[in-house]
Amino acid sequence: MRIHCPCCGPRGVAEFSYGGDGTVRRPDLSVTDTDAHVAYVFERENPRGPHVELWHHIGGCRHWLRVTRDTLTHEITSVEMAGRFAGEAARISGAGA
Amino acid sequence: MSGYRLPHGGSHLDRSRPLAFRFDGEPMQGFAGDTLASALLASGRVLVGRSFKYHRPRGVMGAGPEEANALVELRNGARQEPNTRATMTELYGGLEAASQNRWPSLSFDMMAVNDLLSPLFSAGFYYKTFMGTGQATWHFCERFIRKAAGLGRGTHLADPDRYEKTNAFCDVLVVGAGPAGLMAARAAVAAGLRVILADENARPGGRLFDEGVQLDGLAPAEWIDGALREIAAGGGRILPRTSVYGYFDGNVLGAVERVADHKRKPAPFEPRQRHWTIHARHVVLATGAIERPLVFSGNDAPGVMLASAGLAHATRYGVAVGASVVVFANNDGGARTAIRLADLGMSIKAVVDPRREIDPALAAALGARGIRLETGAVVAATRGRKSLAGVDIRGFDPVSGVLGANVMQPGCDALLVSGGWTPSVHLASQAGSAPVFDEALQSFVPGTAREAWTTAGACAGTLDLAGCLAAGLDAGRTAARACGKTAENGEIPLPELSGTLAGTDLPFPLFDVPATGGAKRFVDFQHDVTADDVDLANREGFCSVEHLKRYTTLGMAADQGKTSNVNAIALMARARGLTAPQVGTTRFRMPWTAVTIGALAGRETGHHFAPVRRTPMHDWHVAKGAEMMAAGLWMRPRAYIAPGESLRDAYIREASAVRQRVGIVDVSTLGKIDVQGPDAGEFLNRLYTGGFAKLPVGKARYGVMLREDGIMFDDGTAWRLTPNRFLVTTTTANAGAVLAHMEHYLEVVWPDLRVHVTSVTDRFAGMAVAGPEARKVLQAALEEGDVSPEACPHMGIVRGRIAGEPVMIARLSFSGELAYEVYCDWPAGLAVWEALIEAGKPNGIMPYGMEALGTLRIEKGHITGAEMDGRTTLADVGLGGMASRKKPYVGSTMTQRPAFVDPERPVLVGLVSRDGRAIRAGSHLTLPGGGASLGHVTAVTWSPALGANIALAFLSGGRDRHGEPLEAAFPLKNERVAVTVTDPCFYDPDGSRMHV
Repeated sequence: MRIHCPCCGPRGVAEFSYGGDGTVRRPDLSVTDTDAHVAYVFERENPRGPHVELWHHIGGCRHWLRVTRDTLTHEITSVEMAGRFAGEAARISGAGA
Repeated sequence: MSGYRLPHGGSHLDRSRPLAFRFDGEPMQGFAGDTLASALLASGRVLVGRSFKYHRPRGVMGAGPEEANALVELRNGARQEPNTRATMTELYGGLEAASQNRWPSLSFDMMAVNDLLSPLFSAGFYYKTFMGTGQATWHFCERFIRKAAGLGRGTHLADPDRYEKTNAFCDVLVVGAGPAGLMAARAAVAAGLRVILADENARPGGRLFDEGVQLDGLAPAEWIDGALREIAAGGGRILPRTSVYGYFDGNVLGAVERVADHKRKPAPFEPRQRHWTIHARHVVLATGAIERPLVFSGNDAPGVMLASAGLAHATRYGVAVGASVVVFANNDGGARTAIRLADLGMSIKAVVDPRREIDPALAAALGARGIRLETGAVVAATRGRKSLAGVDIRGFDPVSGVLGANVMQPGCDALLVSGGWTPSVHLASQAGSAPVFDEALQSFVPGTAREAWTTAGACAGTLDLAGCLAAGLDAGRTAARACGKTAENGEIPLPELSGTLAGTDLPFPLFDVPATGGAKRFVDFQHDVTADDVDLANREGFCSVEHLKRYTTLGMAADQGKTSNVNAIALMARARGLTAPQVGTTRFRMPWTAVTIGALAGRETGHHFAPVRRTPMHDWHVAKGAEMMAAGLWMRPRAYIAPGESLRDAYIREASAVRQRVGIVDVSTLGKIDVQGPDAGEFLNRLYTGGFAKLPVGKARYGVMLREDGIMFDDGTAWRLTPNRFLVTTTTANAGAVLAHMEHYLEVVWPDLRVHVTSVTDRFAGMAVAGPEARKVLQAALEEGDVSPEACPHMGIVRGRIAGEPVMIARLSFSGELAYEVYCDWPAGLAVWEALIEAGKPNGIMPYGMEALGTLRIEKGHITGAEMDGRTTLADVGLGGMASRKKPYVGSTMTQRPAFVDPERPVLVGLVSRDGRAIRAGSHLTLPGGGASLGHVTAVTWSPALGANIALAFLSGGRDRHGEPLEAAFPLKNERVAVTVTDPCFYDPDGSRMHV
């Protein structure tokens, strides 16, 4: 498996660590409702098909990435930077390039 | 009489180089180019192993990776390797091999009694016979079953060989160098692409050697060599002896190259095997097909072999697999094989075919050679146990599937079987493509590609040679287009073929012959799964292929479905009244063939398993007698052991010195993170449970971080160096995790915060000077700087100079004594350390290690990873007061959940041994006399300050139990120690010693 890091280019999966579901949003700091936090920490969809995941390029640029990966085919269709560079996306060319 | 060496022929054989080898200790001889299997067959050896479950006598059944019977223990001593395929083992001088799964000898095997007891060993027998009758039966039988299970024996000696791992990048990876793969590689190379051609055999060429044809007037071997030269000259990399075993996501493939397995031992500095991770833009799967066995009574007798294997042994190794051969096939390939073998000088008694007629040209050719042809007939049974003695040929109605009258019962010592061909779809299936059933082939072919691959040749169901060559050329061009090369490579012509025989390899749909005489009919030879087991699985409801596989273990282990998969599916389809495509096939998983652990480990063994990190004072510690211990990747001194001292003596001496005078400890391994930015204070305020936004510049503060679920994550200190800059320390173990944690919040959760974090763990060396005389020593060492109580109060930070090096000092205490952490540039660590040691000499400064550090912190009830074990909260360890109520922070809301505020929750307590005995870490706490566990012990020590054995523990409701007598039980050692519960802070509870 390879991930096209927008910062570093296509790299082997061993350089990354999985960071969990990229669709959940942490409740705002001011939210003290336990249920909202329980949902954020524990409740996950288990979709069949495209899914946004977080990956941390821990052995590279150390940026956090939002990776859209198909849970059925494992195909990665988009990789974007999270955080202050959000929107910067990798060009996904042919597999293995 | 059985197999023998033909007087001529053998494309792989060098008859001028005889090689001596031993099988089961018996001296034998073969030639260079032989496989172990071909050399055994040439020596007349029929029986080579015992089967997995029933210990039935077995002989060689194949000529390649499909071999399911001839699995041997190869080599001996540290290099002994079990379950090695004799057909894939190249012969070398001095080879030693032994048969497996037999006792006392191959010929007389006591465990063959299993065959007679076979009703006990049907599918699922573990559960029915041994477990179903109750726990006691299973426990009694387990050791016998475990002993009887398995095939070969490995070795417990360390592997003496080297293994390597490497990565390769290419435009086109061609898997398989048969006719299709060679043409594909030629086309891709001609298009100017970077090509890797991998083939698992010693000599590329695949079945081209066996076809008896000429290509452009050249013998196959010559044409193959020409093609390989052309590929190499065009820059292609050819990897023989390389099994591509796995197709992973993103067109990454795994392969193992058997670099030196064909030698007695690897040359100096040569790896035994090399693991390749191949990143390919496009893959051509030219993996070929494997001939299918037919299922009939006694189809596992030694001497029954795939027809293609009989042919390959003759053409490649000049071996006649029998003196008297019968061929049984459901396609024209059987007759063709008989003709070719007869032309090579072998005696073929008959060709048996269930169809009413075969290709007329082939029938005539058989007649011309005096080979009897029995159509409308099948081999219904075999005779002979340790070697084939003959077969029973019966009439067969191809429409009704009913057996007819006896036709003949010829004697023979080899039966060559062909049930058609099974394309090797493994890699395509691994890559997510569900195999599709092909009616003409009566087998599965790769389905729609989900990764960038193209199939070619027999793998895609093309069985004729001309078709394979053309398909290979096409696939090479397709791969070139996929890599952006549009030029058609017309200059690569297809070779002109001569000498091909008529007929079709497409089979008549016969998979099995009705049972006769109660003899077993094997579907999976490697795991001893019979046709009856498939029926039984269906009757008992395990009728989906995935259940069938797991219930019967069919297609597992060495076979991986190569010879068993399609027959099993056909039998299950018939049992359920479905078609084979309705039953479907399992998804193949890697590996295609077995991969040694050594190849996966590569050089990452022993000392190279993980990097070793050393502090700048490492050599000093070692020179002073320190026993070093691993702390994660770091090496840290455990204790400095003086001559004549035990470890216990040493740490007691060291810890006592810290309490009485002064000690120094290397803390360079603590994680250090430079947190900078206008929002740094706010950021730490959100991560730590305590308040950090208002921490004054020049002060440090102890802090604990929680996980989002409210459990403690890590603790450390944060030093405010400027309004916008903090130095954060973490535990040694969590340095990486805390950095990743911070990066997550900064990028994913709060990207608006203007903060940047950088690991500076190995930017600064650190040492802690602790003890009543710490200030005196430090001040004496300081060339510049003031650590007086006024200049450097508790938790204060000052700068100074020691040994000419700038240092930063924070007054922090882990030991409970007056203490300072001194940080300097990493390379200056040793100089500063030595200066402090020198300055401390008049005060008797004592370097101390991890054991003393542990003792000191246990005496103070301070927590480490043993208490922050991923289950505990701030309140559990008595730090509830550090949970700010004035601000939200990560985990703050979640700690309000009911289980976290349960009064019965285990909380941190101290224990003192009442009978003078040591308490064992991991002990459970019970009431005196026993009972249910009330908690567990996390850390233990002999406390020199208290003169007692003490411990830290988590105890249910422990805050209200101080003073209570309990027992610390350690049942594994049958120990019970009487203890008294105390406050976890044993020593100086008001902290007066560090506030001086």
